[in-house]
Amino acid sequence: MVNQVFSVEVAISNKPQARDPEGETIVRDLIHKSGFDSVKEVRAGKLLAIKLEAKDEEEARRKVMTMCNDLRLYNPVAHSINVRVRQEP
Amino acid sequence: MKLDADLIWHDDFTHDAYDAVILPGGFSFGDHLRGGIIAAYSPSMKIVREMAEKGKPVLGICNGFQTLIEAGLLPGALLRNSTLKFVCRWTDLRVRNRTSAFSCSFANDAVVRMPIAHNEGRFYADDELLDQLESENRVVLEYADENPTGTSRGIVAVSNEKGNVVGMMPHPERASDIALGGIDGLKVFESMLEWAAC
Repeated sequence: MVNQVFSVEVAISNKPQARDPEGETIVRDLIHKSGFDSVKEVRAGKLLAIKLEAKDEEEARRKVMTMCNDLRLYNPVAHSINVRVRQEP
Repeated sequence: MKLDADLIWHDDFTHDAYDAVILPGGFSFGDHLRGGIIAAYSPSMKIVREMAEKGKPVLGICNGFQTLIEAGLLPGALLRNSTLKFVCRWTDLRVRNRTSAFSCSFANDAVVRMPIAHNEGRFYADDELLDQLESENRVVLEYADENPTGTSRGIVAVSNEKGNVVGMMPHPERASDIALGGIDGLKVFESMLEWAAC
């Protein structure tokens, strides 16, 4: 099967118990002060947009998860990650 | 205190020819991705690991502490300060453990003064890990009073199980001369010399 190019987004943010002072500040001092009362929460973090070759979506996700865990792209003590795969057009 | 020491660039640290190693503070690799994570992949860390396994004293200060955590030699995480500010000030610290390679020369329950200078030095671990570190006597230093960076339980320095590897956010080397403002940091290095005898 031919390799395709996938875009995998890894969003790294603090686990709730580790607190997220950046997110808290954005809500309190930027959003609420500007009148957007309906906003309950903002979580700030880091986005890694990884472009890689894989034979299918599952392999793309698996490769990225392996990198995340083996290379410590995130610190599992304090971070949680959200991984989303898109196929490049 | 007389110590024979070499200042070595990480790429040149290729074999274990020393009795101890100290990873200093700084901004290795621009703190990209996370403080210390890219430095943890420097080939020199293989030698640092060997020294740690042999039971030699290994100290990480500030960015060095981050590097040791990311290299898997110390537990926990170092996050952005809760104030989101770079905090640069002298702090009062309590010595919690006198069995590690870098704290055994301190007096019991000593309260000492050393400066901190960092933006990403909030030590964090969940309650289970914190309880484990406490029960294994691996908390080395904590804030004595104020907690200006929001660390878990005020912790600013921890050790590995054997006590030969220690990471600390405060800078003992900046508290080692009266001209710098204090000498409480000297005992960190004295401990290293005396550890075998402690």
